[in-house]
Amino acid sequence: MSEALLASESAGAGAVTAAAPVTSGARQFWRRLRTRRAALVAGAVVALLVLVALAAPLLTALEGQDPTTYHPGLVDSARGGVPVGSFGGVSAEHWLGVEPQTGRDLFARLVYGARVSLGVALVATFLQVVLGVAVGLTSGLGGRWVDLALSRATDVMVALPLMVLALGLLAVVPSGFPRPVLVALVVGLVGWGGMAKLVRAQTITLKSLDHVAAARLSGWRTVGVARRELLPALAAPVITYAALLFPTNIVVEAALSFLGVGVKPPTASWGQMLTSADVWYQAAPQYLLLPAAALFTTVLALTVLGDGVRTALDPRAASRLRVGAKRTRKTEQVERVDRAEQTHRAEQVDRAEQVDRAEPVDRAEQVDRAESVDRAEKGEASA
Amino acid sequence: MMRTSGPTGRTGLTGRLGLTGFTGFVARRAVGAVVTLFVLSVVIYAVFYVAPGDVAQITCGPRCSPAQVHQVAEQLRLDDPLYTRYVDFLRGIVAGHDYSTGTGVLHCDAPCLGLSYQTDQQVTDLILNKVPVTGSLALGAMVLWLILGVGTGVLSAWRRGRLTERVLTAVTLAGTATPVFVIGLLLMIVVCGQLQWLPFPQYVPFTDDPQQWAWNLLLPWLSLALIESAKYARLTRSAMLETLAEDHVRTFRAYGVKESSVIGRHALRGALAPVIALSANDFGTMFGGALLTETLFGLPGLGRELVQAVRVVDLPVVVGMVLVTGFFVVLANAVADVLYAVADRRVVLA
Repeated sequence: MSEALLASESAGAGAVTAAAPVTSGARQFWRRLRTRRAALVAGAVVALLVLVALAAPLLTALEGQDPTTYHPGLVDSARGGVPVGSFGGVSAEHWLGVEPQTGRDLFARLVYGARVSLGVALVATFLQVVLGVAVGLTSGLGGRWVDLALSRATDVMVALPLMVLALGLLAVVPSGFPRPVLVALVVGLVGWGGMAKLVRAQTITLKSLDHVAAARLSGWRTVGVARRELLPALAAPVITYAALLFPTNIVVEAALSFLGVGVKPPTASWGQMLTSADVWYQAAPQYLLLPAAALFTTVLALTVLGDGVRTALDPRAASRLRVGAKRTRKTEQVERVDRAEQTHRAEQVDRAEQVDRAEPVDRAEQVDRAESVDRAEKGEASA
Repeated sequence: MMRTSGPTGRTGLTGRLGLTGFTGFVARRAVGAVVTLFVLSVVIYAVFYVAPGDVAQITCGPRCSPAQVHQVAEQLRLDDPLYTRYVDFLRGIVAGHDYSTGTGVLHCDAPCLGLSYQTDQQVTDLILNKVPVTGSLALGAMVLWLILGVGTGVLSAWRRGRLTERVLTAVTLAGTATPVFVIGLLLMIVVCGQLQWLPFPQYVPFTDDPQQWAWNLLLPWLSLALIESAKYARLTRSAMLETLAEDHVRTFRAYGVKESSVIGRHALRGALAPVIALSANDFGTMFGGALLTETLFGLPGLGRELVQAVRVVDLPVVVGMVLVTGFFVVLANAVADVLYAVADRRVVLA
């Protein structure tokens, strides 16, 4: 839903990154990320959530419960299925109480819900990135008609609200399909428009840079240029955008399940737990509050981490936005190291270029190519 | 936000017609919107009617007898190739359509999006009936979120580096991380359930009783606005900080222009263009149905209609709703681009 904002934010981020020496290295990234305390805390929370999701069977085994067994004895069927006991049936056996009506263990459903939430969002984001990069690159590098067709398709994808299209698609797919996989596929197949727009714009900018033009002139095939010259440069904006997409996808899955068309029972999902929670809030407030808190914490942590990733990949955008912020000794230190590393890199690139130049080239062919490109450029300029 | 300078460039049709400058920009944008809408309709039609599964059975619904399914298959002319059916569908939108119901002929008026096989209603009527509800919800919420969001953004840009800004930043961050159905659910339980300050929302048409209309919609408006305004606060803040860092603002300050005037008149203007663009886009999306808000509060609008149609797999309704939603969003985006160009003439040249 915040597609437009995502696009505007990351477009701003990308524009700067493209001009900077792009492959700044994983080490530099980590060093910058480490200076941001909020991002570190968020990262720790995310790591914990991933652990919980992975260890869900272990945790529930420890509790001695599972997420799908009904416990009719633990709910009061005379009062409409209210959990027996205080605080919604909290006990040594059921750490967080039981679900109203069915008596299924809440702790088990909550930790299994983390699996669905993170798993679906991960697969959906992966699909969006792959599709977006593929379409964006093809569009940016392809000919006029390829670009026209793909850009129109992208416009259509961006025009349709993700929720609406996903909802519609979920209606027509046969119900035999495993639901979480289906939701991940649909969200992934529908939500790549923003990424494609970003990658296309970046590709067009990058195409005009000297080293890419040089690669094209020296007769590299388009696939080679894309793989060796463009993809490394695209990494920063793509990662930034993906980090923003991930929490959005978590919300989309929860929303679809909340509406009753996403992940369906008996599979546990946080959004689906909230569907009927409002009826039970007096008898079992944790049935409402636990999934709500889980959802909030996850999305918040991922958003903060995403912000941290963005600043770590594009420190200039961050400093631009924090005009009055205090400069600590630590940030200054990092900036100094960054500068030093950039100089070092520039020297390396210089050396590499000298080696490149030494390679023998078929002179006539080169001139030929240069002329045709020249013509093409002039044609474009007057167009 | 689609400011495509792509296929309809200045050498294109509009350029040859002598439409340059602002008129040309508007014309190009209009052509682009129409093309997008056309592609949209093709894609949607293809996706839904080439869907896996027995289309006639799906369209007719689970309770249909084999004879009824057969009739639907004939009405949809499933034996015909897809493109003739699509052309037929388009003709229905432009000129209306006649359906044979076995016993007689049912006429479906001009913008005909098909028939719901489960309620026997015309999809167009179904949608038109819901527009006032969704419109009320979207309009009120938008007014609220613009006031809240832009206000917060201006305040935190103005008080940057101070406690106010840090608190506001934290609050808006929390706002962006909260799904609208979570905040709506909590608000409904606390405000309507525990405190009983407001009634559990029920839609009362504006023409019946304006006061009850607003009173009932207040909570849905607030829920939507709280979440949406966080986005606007962040956007306004960053746009304003960028303007405040520019040289001309420094010059204003050096000349002794009052701070309130620097913030209110000069910095805010720079922030308005992106805010306008985003709100038009959001309004279009809202109009396509605030799915979650309407479902949560039980408001009988477009969004809830779509959710219900999806639950019972009423295919013609789903297709019609998705198309109309896309139409609103494309329209809103085109309007946003034009407004953006009015606010910032540099866009026209791009």
